[in-house]
Amino acid sequence: MSLQVTDLSVDHGAIRAINKITFRVETGELAAVIGANGSGKTTLLRALSGLNRSAQGSAKWKDFELLHTKPELLVRRGVSHVSEGKSVIPELSVEENLSLGALWRHDRAGSLQMRDKLLEHFPRLAERLKQSADTLSGGERQMLAICRALMSQPELLLLDEPSLGLAPLMVAQIFQNIRDLTTTMGLTVILVEQNAMSALKVADIGIVLNLGSIAASGPAKSLIADPQVRAAYLGY
Amino acid sequence: MYQFINTVLIGITSGAIYSLMAIALVLVWRSTRVVNFAQAGMALLSTYIGYECIQRFHSFWLALFIAMIAGAGIAAAVDSVFMRTLFRRVSHGPIAGVAPIIATLGLLGLIRAGLGLFVGNADVSIRPPVSNIGYTISGHTLAFSPLKLVIVSSAMTLMLALSLLFSKTNIGLSLRASAFSPEIARLAGVKVDRVRTLGWAIAGAAGAAAGILQTPNGTGALSPDSLDFSLLLVFGFIAAVIGGLDSLLGAVLGGLLLGLVLAFVLTYISGSLVFITAFVLLIIVLLVRPQGIIGMNRGRRA
Amino acid sequence: MHKIKSTNFTRLLFFIVLGVGLFLLGNRVDELRVYQGATLAMYVIAISSIILLTGYSGQVSLGHGAMLAIGGYAAALAHEHLGLPIWICFSIAVLAAAAAGAVLGTAAARLSGPYLAGTTLALAVGLPSIANQFPILGGEQGLLFDVGAPPARLGADFTQYKWYFWIAALAALIAIWWLQNILRSRYGRMWRAVRGNEVAAELAGIHIGKSKTLAFTVSSGLAGLAGGVLAMTISTVSPSAFPLSLSFSLLTGAVLAGVSTLSGVIIGALTLVATPEIADAISRRLGNSENVTTNLPGLLVSALLILVVLLVPNGPVEQWRKFRARSLHEVTHR
Repeated sequence: MSLQVTDLSVDHGAIRAINKITFRVETGELAAVIGANGSGKTTLLRALSGLNRSAQGSAKWKDFELLHTKPELLVRRGVSHVSEGKSVIPELSVEENLSLGALWRHDRAGSLQMRDKLLEHFPRLAERLKQSADTLSGGERQMLAICRALMSQPELLLLDEPSLGLAPLMVAQIFQNIRDLTTTMGLTVILVEQNAMSALKVADIGIVLNLGSIAASGPAKSLIADPQVRAAYLGY
Repeated sequence: MYQFINTVLIGITSGAIYSLMAIALVLVWRSTRVVNFAQAGMALLSTYIGYECIQRFHSFWLALFIAMIAGAGIAAAVDSVFMRTLFRRVSHGPIAGVAPIIATLGLLGLIRAGLGLFVGNADVSIRPPVSNIGYTISGHTLAFSPLKLVIVSSAMTLMLALSLLFSKTNIGLSLRASAFSPEIARLAGVKVDRVRTLGWAIAGAAGAAAGILQTPNGTGALSPDSLDFSLLLVFGFIAAVIGGLDSLLGAVLGGLLLGLVLAFVLTYISGSLVFITAFVLLIIVLLVRPQGIIGMNRGRRA
Repeated sequence: MHKIKSTNFTRLLFFIVLGVGLFLLGNRVDELRVYQGATLAMYVIAISSIILLTGYSGQVSLGHGAMLAIGGYAAALAHEHLGLPIWICFSIAVLAAAAAGAVLGTAAARLSGPYLAGTTLALAVGLPSIANQFPILGGEQGLLFDVGAPPARLGADFTQYKWYFWIAALAALIAIWWLQNILRSRYGRMWRAVRGNEVAAELAGIHIGKSKTLAFTVSSGLAGLAGGVLAMTISTVSPSAFPLSLSFSLLTGAVLAGVSTLSGVIIGALTLVATPEIADAISRRLGNSENVTTNLPGLLVSALLILVVLLVPNGPVEQWRKFRARSLHEVTHR
């Protein structure tokens, strides 16, 4: 019961974006994948969620192969992906964005129950249910995107840069929310982040990517303490 | 005064038909980013199927229903067989940008000629379900007749049903989500490919309705090389562009606006200027307000 | 590709030789073929105008028939009302269509593919209705356009059709030669740059709007010339001479020719000339039923259009080049 990635490689044309990486995330863990721009973080997530079909190697979630499976089918296997840059549809209302995540379940009662549970967590969204997602602030949109993914009742949640473009105060709040959700809902989370320090602070384990390879990995606390990681990625 | 009312009513009637065609074009554009020039051919084919039904079962309403179902089937087949092959084969190269335009145009020609091969090019006529003799108000006979009333109310009912489908149902939600952002829709679990074909099917049904309502609204004559269907396509396109090409509400408003303007030109100026007016209207909208009358701020360089 | 770099002079020489060859050929074949030769020349001009627009500038016009109509009517009007000599009538056809093209092109430059396609389609559907609005255009009957009998000094056996063919072929040769030069000039490079990548071209200092408008203008001018030639071969201009199917045929011809290169233009033109004849032969086999005779040409043209787009999207010529390049590659790398 875990996410096991083995020898995963992804090519962008002639360029190898990810080069044979292997790692394991246990169920219930929040794993932060950090690294500089172009280190392959987003590519990794897009391969795991089936958006990138050119991946080689293997990535198994509960013995189910994630690679080369269409994202719409992965959702049905309990894998949800929040793509980079506030993955909401601005033309739809907040309510519709939420419903979208649960459409495939064909379970109106269950989906309403899930929605109410999430709205309890995020009263700001509850106030704006009928407004178009366009009118939300950046942080609210990011929360909406995460909630949309949670409406599919996933077990594995893939988050791509939830802090992108947010104010520092908002960033801290988002990460705390992610931490809480992980624990209360029993999720396994892969959190890809540029904002390395904030991510590692809430994560259980950390994976440092550098030019498509794993430069370091281990418990988040020990990575924060590692002087080399600190110097290269945490900025002090 | 009576002429004015009459003109408004006539304008709304033909406008509602343009709206249906515009809706068909918008639906396909939103789901596939293709202006489906074959829509006129698909509507023509459906209308012929409707005509056959009227001949056999003597019911206009049954014919309308069957024609819409047929239109949906034809459109779904065109998307899942023809368009998919096209996109697979011509995804890049100098012609990739114009290939869908050329291909749907070719399909239009193919349907017309193929239909002519089977049924011949002589006019057949669709018998109207109710009288086409105009209403009389205090001695003035209007051109607006029970038939036009039936046509305009059918078109309006269909549009209302479509708007409910889009705003209130799960199918509508997946259609809108897939149109606005296919990637996010997929990540949310929507089977975008299927939804796209569904969008084409609804477009096919709307186009079929436009075709079968248009015929008795005009002369009642139907033939594979009829200019009416080319005009329906062009007016539908103009209506869709007026509405912003991305918006269903815009398509409806664009169609009604176009219908009204053309009716006034026809009544008060000259019949042979109708077309030029529509063309000038198109150019003006494209130059002055390219995002359409209610469109969002998006460029036209798709 | 070309071992000997062709200069303007060698190309001019080539065209002169081609012209003489055509002239000799014109003396040897029967009247029908001579007439078809004139039609062929008309198609060559019209198709190259579309290739210029679509292949070199990335714009698509579904309504080039309308530009032909403008050219045809302009030539006929100039001939009938002003009594001008033929070559001036043709020049007027070019100028009139180019002017219309410049107006439409200014709007078109701001439009991307489907918008432009729809707009030009609308024009092709609607333009003929203008003929009924203004009496000077002659309504449904249209206008006569009689270029007159061939000059007497060409001999008594020089037929009318041969005279048409001469004029049409000369017009086509001049048009293609001129177009080739333009495509090799900085304008040609500018258009290709814009087609390849608008943003990059703009960054390189090309004015996208002007470049597209210019392409539309030049292309329309050529189409106007084709319209004049078409009017000459059928001796009249009328709304029914420029139906929507003409626009479709021209597009088919351009796609068959391979829109990205001028070299296939003759293939497109030959196909368009041959299609009615092939259709005729088939329908005779099928017993000449009216349904078949009326619809088969359209069916063939549309089917060809679809098949070419699906199977050889870049045109047979380009495909052949690629095929040769590949086999050459295999031979040299063995």
